[in-house]
This record gives sequence, C-alpha cells and structure tokens, in this order.
Amino acid sequence: MTMKTVFQKTKGLTDKPTHYCPGCTHGVIHRLVGEVLEEMDILEDTIGVASVGCSVLSYEYFNCDMTQAAHGRAPAVATGVKRVRPDRFVFTYQGDGDLASIGISEIIHAAARGEKITVIFVNNAIYGMTGGQMAPTTLIGQKTATTPFGRNENIQGSPIRVSEMLSTLDGTAYIERVSTHDVPNILKAKKAIRKAFETQKKGLGFSMVEVLSTCPTNWGLDPQESLEWVRENMVPVYPLGVYKNKEGGN
Amino acid sequence: MGKVLMKGNEVIAESAVHAGCKYFFGYPITPQSELVAYMARRLPEVGGLFLQAESEIAAINMVYGASSTGARVMTSSSSPGFSLKQEGISYLVGSELPAVICNIVRGGPGLGNIQPAQSDYFQVTKGGGHGDYHIPVLAPASLQEIVELIQDAFDIADRYRNPVIIMGDGMLGQMMEPVEFTERPVSELPEKNWAATGTRGDGGPKIITSLELDADGLEKRNQHLQKKFAEMKEKEVRYETYKTEDADYIIVAFGTVARIAMNAMNKARQDGVKVGLIRPISLWPFPEKPFIETRDKVNMYISVEMSAGQMVEDVRLAVNGHAPVDFFGRNGGVVPTQEEIYHKIMMIAGGIQV
Amino acid sequence: MLEEIIIAGFGGQGVMSMGQLIAYAGMLEGKGVSWLPSYGPEQRGGTANCAVVVSDEPVGSPLVTKPTTAIVLNNPSFDKFESKVRSGGLFIVNSSLVTRTADRKDITNIEIKATDLANELGNSRVANMILLGAFLEYTKIVTMDSILESLKKVLGPDKYHLIEVNKQALEKGASLLMEKTI
Repeated sequence: MTMKTVFQKTKGLTDKPTHYCPGCTHGVIHRLVGEVLEEMDILEDTIGVASVGCSVLSYEYFNCDMTQAAHGRAPAVATGVKRVRPDRFVFTYQGDGDLASIGISEIIHAAARGEKITVIFVNNAIYGMTGGQMAPTTLIGQKTATTPFGRNENIQGSPIRVSEMLSTLDGTAYIERVSTHDVPNILKAKKAIRKAFETQKKGLGFSMVEVLSTCPTNWGLDPQESLEWVRENMVPVYPLGVYKNKEGGN
Repeated sequence: MGKVLMKGNEVIAESAVHAGCKYFFGYPITPQSELVAYMARRLPEVGGLFLQAESEIAAINMVYGASSTGARVMTSSSSPGFSLKQEGISYLVGSELPAVICNIVRGGPGLGNIQPAQSDYFQVTKGGGHGDYHIPVLAPASLQEIVELIQDAFDIADRYRNPVIIMGDGMLGQMMEPVEFTERPVSELPEKNWAATGTRGDGGPKIITSLELDADGLEKRNQHLQKKFAEMKEKEVRYETYKTEDADYIIVAFGTVARIAMNAMNKARQDGVKVGLIRPISLWPFPEKPFIETRDKVNMYISVEMSAGQMVEDVRLAVNGHAPVDFFGRNGGVVPTQEEIYHKIMMIAGGIQV
Repeated sequence: MLEEIIIAGFGGQGVMSMGQLIAYAGMLEGKGVSWLPSYGPEQRGGTANCAVVVSDEPVGSPLVTKPTTAIVLNNPSFDKFESKVRSGGLFIVNSSLVTRTADRKDITNIEIKATDLANELGNSRVANMILLGAFLEYTKIVTMDSILESLKKVLGPDKYHLIEVNKQALEKGASLLMEKTI
C-alpha cells in the first residue's frame, strides 16, 4: 500500500525541536512565517534577524540565513542588512519586551525611515524568558512578577499600542494586528504575514504584523485557558485589524 | 594624486573610502562631526551608502547588520557616544564580525567637554563592553599616518573577523596637514564565506550569533577567540622608536602627544640630556618589545598622556620592574605643552632645580 | 626655518582662512605645514584662533604655545597672546579694533589699521588679507604667488570674483611695510 502525503512540515523551518513551552504560540507563528517564505519561494533570498527574549534561538528554527541582534536592536541590525542587500528579504522576529521596551527607539526610527523590512512582533503582554515580569504591553490589572498587585496605571502607566502608534508614521506601508487564539485567526495571521512580505517585495516601505500570543507558563494558565485569555482580555485592549495599508486592497 | 590639505576627520573618512568601505552609519558628535558629514557627501559618489542613525546605539547595530552580510563598514564617534557603542562592540566580537570604529576622544568623564583627550585609553584597550575580549586599537599621530592605518584597520578586521578601533583625539580630528592618498595593493584576505546573504546558491543557512547557552560550548568558542587574540598579539604590534639607542630617559607617548613630546625631546637633547621616545601605534596589542630592549639600560621611562595616567599602567607592565616609570599628563581637554614636558624631563634628569 | 604662527580674532574675521592660506601656500612650496584650529563653542561669537606651523622639516608638534608670530584682530586676542610671543618674534595688531598699545620691547610690533584700510578698498572683510600681506612681506615664509594660488583653491570657482579684492588687500598690506608708513 502506498502512503499519500497529506501534511508536511514547511521547508521554512529546520528540523530542530523548539524550546518553547507547551501551549505557547511562538511555534505556530514560526510556522506561519516559514510557510509564507516557502510559498513565496523566497526562503533562499531571506535574512532573518533574531532578537532577545524567548525567541532568542529563533535562528536555529528558521531555515534561512539568520543574524542575532542585541536586545531591542533588531530593527537597526535589519536596517544594516537591508541597506547593504536591498535585493534580499529581511525580517525581524521580536517580542514585546524587546520591541516595545528596550527597543522602542529602534523600531520607531526604522518605521519612520520606511525601512523595507518586515517585522514580526509577538505580543503576549509579559516577559517570558526572564520569568514573567511586566512588559510595556502588560494589561492594566495584570499580575506579573514585577506587578504583584496588578499593573496600576498610576504607578506603571498604561500599555503601549504599538500598531496604532507606528501607523501614524509616514514610513510605514503595512501594519496589521492579528491573533493566534483560534484557527480562523491563525489563518488570518498567515494572510497578514504574507501581505507584509508582499509589501516588502514591492518596496512600499516598512511592514509589521503584531501577533497576539500566549504565555501559559507565566500567566499561570493552561494552554486552553491561555487562548481564552487572549480572546477575552487582550483583544479588547489590542483590537485586531489592519492599521496601515498604503497600497490598499487585501 | 598629489598632496592635499585636509582636516583629520576628513582624512579618516577619505581613507576609509580608499580602503573600500562603502557603508557608514553614524551619529553627530563634536569633535568628529566632519567625518560624518564627509561620508554623507562622499559615499554616494562611490555607490555606497551613508545613513544617519537615531543614536550611537542604533548606529553600531546597523554596522552589525551590514557586517553580517560581509560588507566593509564603519562608524565613528567621540567619547560619550563611543560609550554607547560598547554593547554593540562586544556583540561584534562575540559574533566575529569585522568593522572599523573610530573614537575621536574628548575630555570626560560624563559630558566632559569637546577638547582633545586620551582618557578613553582604558576603555579602548581593556574592553569597555562585557566579556573576555580584545580589540586591536591603532592610534595615528599624523594625518598621513591615518591613510595607512585605516587601510590596515580594515584588513586586520577582515583577517581576524574582529572589530578594530582607530583612536584619535580632537586635535588630530580638527587639524589640517598635507596628505597623499597612496594606492597600495589589495591585501590577500580570507573569503567571507560566513556572511549571511541568503542561502541561494551557497548551501545551508548561515547563522551569525554570539549566543551559546552551553557553558562548555561557550568556553570552547572563547578559546577560539583567545587564539585569535594571541595571534594578533604576535602579528599586529606596531610602534616607532626615536633615539632610544643611547637614551638615558625614554618618553612614552602616542598620537598627537607623541609629536609634542618629540619637540620636547629634541630640545632636551640640545641641552645635553639623552632622551628617547617610544611611540606605541597599536595601543592593543601594546608593544612590549621596545621596552624589553631598553629597560635594562635606561634610568627612567616617562609616560606622557592626555589623561590622568592610563597607558602608564601598560608601560609598567612592559618594563616589569626593571626601571622606574614616571608619569606626566594633562587632562580634561588640556593639551600638555612641549615646555611642560621639557620641564618634566629636565627635573627628572636633575637639570633644573625646583 | 621654523615659523610657528598664531592668528586670533573674533569668529567671522577670517582668522581661520588666513591660517589655511599660509598652510596651503607652504604645502605648494613643498614645506612641512600644519594648521590647528581652536574649535567648539568658543568659535561661536567668541575668540577664535588657529596655530600654523611652517617648516623646512616635517612638522613636529602642531600645537603652538610660544609663537614666533602672533597676528591679533581684537582686544581679547591681544590680551591672550601678547605675552606669549617668543622673544625676538613678531606681533601684528589690527589697530582699527584693538585699543591696547603694544609695548613689549623684545619683539617687533606692527600696528595696522586694517579694518579702516579694508573699508577704503570697499570690503571690510579683507582686513585679514591686509594683515596677511604685511606678515608675508616681513617674514617672506611663503611667496605672494603661492598665496594667490592657494586663494584660488580655498575660495573655489564660485568665489573667483573675490580674488581681485583679496589680492589688492594683500598688496596693500605688503606695501605698508615696503613704504614703512606704519
């Protein structure tokens, strides 16, 4: 009996097992990026920039050339790569601590310059790698290791809505916020990532997909509860949708 | 091309262009701003790219990105801005990425001032960033020497896959002298088959990283780095000596200060005191040989610096107790005069009653 | 020959370009030269100065602390540099703007009402060239031809029309010494 292949892992990822916690959606997002690179047939023309945080080892999982940046500096590193090799696809893969806290300056200026790079911004409202501390995207009232009584607007300020903020900059060409809390949204996320790389291909400017993601370990929830938590708590604060689409259309 | 009269900062920039550097990422800071402005004007002419970064931190990380693709790339700054680059420099070493970084040193600490200084000596030679690392540091004393050393710097960087620092001071950056951009044969350098340029046509993915979570693995990597540093110590030492053969006293000075000290040395010689001079050109690796050759013959070494006394520690290590080592320096942006240095020599030689 | 010159005045009086002209001319004549400016905030509205070294040998220190010649264009520069001129040296003063009197006996003092004379030439900005003309006539460290050649390089094609008035100013300065009318 001959077996028919009905599903295959994308060529966009290596065979290395990831180190991500059970229920974390980093793996899903990696796969989406890998699939898009494969489907667009640009895997061999892509240079990825890994950041610091849970996804620090992403360079071991993406099956393309990768360079690893200092904490928060991935957009600057990507700028250097893209400016020397404008013929290549360049993306960064950054978490919320990396992009929205220590690297907020780099991301704003890369966006303002209209760097023709694609940013995959994974927002799970917490620092994962270091053990569950407050991120700039932590929700009001959310308990973390450094907000044991819940994030208090008067003490720690309010969460940063990165997609909204960056979409005000003229250099940005495509910005969309998506989520991974159920299958329809995961499919939408993939379309957004594809759109972002298409934007880069057309040389329209800076593109970013903000992906709402889970952190069961540091949220203290099981995987299923975590997905619910994204839908119930994060989506209202971080509304999904397209924030910038210079080109128009879908 | 004949001689031209140019400012030091511009000579650094033009020399880099002559060395094949096409990419420059920088941020303005006095007293090196002419370098940034020159690159902004010049690089487009040679099909290169200048980009003004939002900060020194961004600039050094853009260098990291550009270098990841195998490009010859440079950034420059002055003391406070150079401090901001330290993280990136440590990453460059850890990821084995070549780059040339220029520090036109000004008075510190803190915001200090914009006058000439050499008080970043510790920072550049001992490693201002984290981790076990070294960076070759070249300190030109004249604008013509800049031309030579910038080319050397790019070659050393590529040969060892390590950043190289050019250290000058505000005086070197601002002064004008005649220079000639001599063409020299391109050095034979290893192919950059490690560069991340996309895998099309060149095999499996290439990864540029300084991360190694396994302790044994990181130790092994560090041993590899240490092996490179040992080779640099053996092959990349540069210095000049003047009249040290018969010297009773030897001044040690680098950069522009060496030129001022040389005037003082000549005057002291006219007055009968046998003074010589050792001018380290590579501050790291520090030249030990001229000290080993002279330390059992001279009465004393005098380290003359535009700092409160930094290189003097390396002089003491090189002399290793064989002779006394004294220090004379001005700092905070004050440049030592030849009269002061002469006075110091004569005091030590017993020629002047104080 | 080793000339160590300091030129000082307000920013905008052309002290930096005077120095550059001397350095450029020296280079054209194959001499060792260096030019070192004061820089930074002090340039903005305060006093600016530059040190020029011209030598038969390659230049050692570009830093000048005891000049063989000081040319001063305002009072603060006079006060700062009069005492620094080497014994036997030369001190050139723009007496249109400097109200002090040079009275050191061990140096040669030359006072020129350079700004007034420049106004007579129709361009107050060439006061520096009048002083430079006098300096060249006295020291002869570089030739007038070399200075004129350098002027072309320093001014650039856009400003060639200014060469004539600069030349007149240089010649005026030189003639003052030849005629000993100062």
